[in-house]
Amino acid sequence: MATQSSRAAARLMVAPSVIVLFIWMIVPLALTVWFSFRIYRLLSPDRNGWAGLRNYSWFLNSPDFWLAITNTLLLVGGVLAITIVFGILIALLIDQPVWGQGPLRILVISPFFVMPPVAASIWENLFMHPQNGLFAAVSHAFGWKPILFMESYPMSSVIFIVAWEWLPFATLILLTALQSLSSEQLEAAEMDGAPAISRFRYIVLPHMIRSITVVVLIQTIFLLGIFGEIFTTTQGGPGSASTTLPYMIYKQAVIAKDIGRAAAGGIIAVILANIVAYFLMRSMGKNLDA
Amino acid sequence: MGKIVLKSVRKSFGEVDVIPGVNLTIDNGDFVVFVGPSGCGKSTLLRLIAGLEDTTSGNIEIDGKDATALPPAKRGLAMVFQSYALYPHMTVRKNIMFPLKMAGMDIGEATKRADAAANVLNLTAYMERRPGQLSGGQRQRVAIGRAIVREPAAFLFDEPLSNLDAALRVSMRQEITELHQQLKTTMIYVTHDQVEAMTMADKIVVLNAGRIEQVGSPLELYNKPDNTFVAGFIGSPKMNLIEGAEAAKLGAKTIGVRPEHLDVVSSGGWEGVVGLSEHLGSDTFLKVETTQVGTVNVRASGEMMMRHGDKIHLQPQAGKTHRFGTDGKAMA
Amino acid sequence: MARSVTTQRKVLFTASAWFVALLIFFPVLWTILTSFKTEASAVASPPEFLHADWTLVNYADVWARSDYPRFFLNSVIISVGSTLLGLVIAIPAAWSMAFVPGKRTKDLLMWMLSTKMMPSAAVLIPMYLIFQRTGLFDSRTGLVLALMLMNLPVIVWMLYTYFKEIPGEILEAARMDGASLRNEIIYVLTPMAVPGIASTMLLNIILAWNEAFWTITLTTVNAAPLSAFIASFSAPQGLFYAKLSAASTMAIAPILILGWFSQKQLVRGLTFGAVK
Repeated sequence: MATQSSRAAARLMVAPSVIVLFIWMIVPLALTVWFSFRIYRLLSPDRNGWAGLRNYSWFLNSPDFWLAITNTLLLVGGVLAITIVFGILIALLIDQPVWGQGPLRILVISPFFVMPPVAASIWENLFMHPQNGLFAAVSHAFGWKPILFMESYPMSSVIFIVAWEWLPFATLILLTALQSLSSEQLEAAEMDGAPAISRFRYIVLPHMIRSITVVVLIQTIFLLGIFGEIFTTTQGGPGSASTTLPYMIYKQAVIAKDIGRAAAGGIIAVILANIVAYFLMRSMGKNLDA
Repeated sequence: MGKIVLKSVRKSFGEVDVIPGVNLTIDNGDFVVFVGPSGCGKSTLLRLIAGLEDTTSGNIEIDGKDATALPPAKRGLAMVFQSYALYPHMTVRKNIMFPLKMAGMDIGEATKRADAAANVLNLTAYMERRPGQLSGGQRQRVAIGRAIVREPAAFLFDEPLSNLDAALRVSMRQEITELHQQLKTTMIYVTHDQVEAMTMADKIVVLNAGRIEQVGSPLELYNKPDNTFVAGFIGSPKMNLIEGAEAAKLGAKTIGVRPEHLDVVSSGGWEGVVGLSEHLGSDTFLKVETTQVGTVNVRASGEMMMRHGDKIHLQPQAGKTHRFGTDGKAMA
Repeated sequence: MARSVTTQRKVLFTASAWFVALLIFFPVLWTILTSFKTEASAVASPPEFLHADWTLVNYADVWARSDYPRFFLNSVIISVGSTLLGLVIAIPAAWSMAFVPGKRTKDLLMWMLSTKMMPSAAVLIPMYLIFQRTGLFDSRTGLVLALMLMNLPVIVWMLYTYFKEIPGEILEAARMDGASLRNEIIYVLTPMAVPGIASTMLLNIILAWNEAFWTITLTTVNAAPLSAFIASFSAPQGLFYAKLSAASTMAIAPILILGWFSQKQLVRGLTFGAVK
């Protein structure tokens, strides 16, 4: 298919994207590394100089940091667990002979298209609000005291909201994979005498492993960077109860205006992302052809 | 117009030498068929001539000029692809006129040519349709029409009939042959079907693993195969190739007798028992287990009431036994 | 299946499926309903489902506020702009990777995917500072650039998978027909690629519209799109529920509708072609 002339043209055409992405990767990252070793605070511009590892040790010694790491992992793990388990169940349900599969899908995928601040705002105000929210109204109806979601269970509330947003994505991917399973395989299994549970375990589930892998990978990439929902609802509070690593970096950068520290946090986030990516790729690499 | 010469053309993909080296002359007006088993390099050779692949080394001359470095657009050749490769978003008319548009031809002239080509190919009624609305045979003709309007030095066909059903294949085969008689342009045709090769070609090039095994007219290849490969490839059912004692008797490593050259006799010759028998009415095909030469296929004319288990005697016709030496090549 | 499914089973599954689907959709539905209520009705206790005071005044109020149309316009400009810019860069790249793949094409694609793994928070600092210094802070241009960078890998990948589905032979035929590279792209490739390009555009407009990191951190007043607006609106007041709902509904309606039509694109685009 290729000849010399077309190959030369091809290289030229890939160049802009590669250059753009390369600059996008290298320049900001290099700057972040540089800043992480400096003393640089927007509020004290006179104090300047080499910080060595001080910014990093601040993080490692700060209990808020370890809380943030925990929260980040809780967020990612929690959302993954909820979305995949329920995603499979809902996908199985919709794949059954049901009326109106089209409208069903539309209803189920809707949360994904609601922008994060709106999603968070809806849940926080219309549902979880202790005075005016629906949950409060339900509690009153039963004579219970309304739960102070954002105050008492901030991280769980955030996890719940994000899971609601991402459940459609998982469901859609898994449903697509489910529907790509040829009915002939299942029919052959039925003729071989396999009951429904076995058919699920030995044929359906293995077929879906690949797409489950993809869901885990893609969602992890996005979940590590969740920001809008936290900004809109708890601002990382109360205190630091619902602060994740990205949010902590944001607080350092924009609120404390400590550039050096925020940069160090950023590098730690990159390291964390790479560790997660490494383990993910390793354990799931076998499930993918690509 | 239409003389193509390949000089020591070599093509490798990375480490693999797909075509170790080919020398070939195609004269103007020839209908040349490249034939061989899957993976023998025939399509690769065609694509090298077309310019869709670069040669690793060697020269390709078209009408005396070195075309090795020329891109496909500048070689003056036209290609009909196996999948027809019609432009799905254009009407038949636009498809056929596309090459003329690329050449910058005046639209009036281009329309005339397109209509003429459509006429030859019985496509006039379909000019405003899209490829998606056409049958396989019609699409095939549009692809040919697109090639004809360019009045190329040579036509290149890459297994054009493979995607058609059997009956359509036979009629399209004849149409292409008639087209060649009409246009008298060089045609290079690639196929794995040796029946197509035998019926259509002026000259057949038999390829095996990137090497030319033999070049010749259909009857030359049939009557005088150069080696066991060609002997076994040309002719259906395959020539019976026999080794062992019977071959040694004639001073050869291998002897070959075509199924149609074995006579059924009442006694003598090779003795055997009928294994399978296929009765087509016009011919009878028998698979016989013989004592002297193992399993052989026999083709007898007309009906022959032989069945599984019957005893039979076979005798090769005089002068129709081919002898091949230890190197696989034909012995004089 | 050879046997027919019993109606009983079908009813059972249908009821369960619809129950679950409505449960999931309920928050959106509730928001839309609330947007049409008066403020008093919106916070009424017990909550009113059907017997509320219905009104359109909230929409008029929110839209009439001088800010809202501007935020809306910003969202449109930023999402469409970043997508178009991304397409301009990505189409040639995806073309060459799909049709003239080299030894390192696969690696290149994987590398592009990996750039998406870089946490945005890590480069917040340099982006923040660079944008401040170059005057791109709180500007639509700046956001268009930032979002284009975020989505470029997705755009390239999506186009790549669509281009790969175009039969290479058709492009070869164009070459044999005498088309130069330019003509090949204009007359043959682009018309055949239009559906793929449209799908890519659709998905990326959605992704850019919903982006909630750079749109919040790199804007203050001028370039803030709807995501930033809602995020700050939703602060402790919580009193103007009906208006909040109206603002939210308007913010999500376009994307919600676009999204309903782009399920297939979503699957292909966000899984980087792994699931189709």
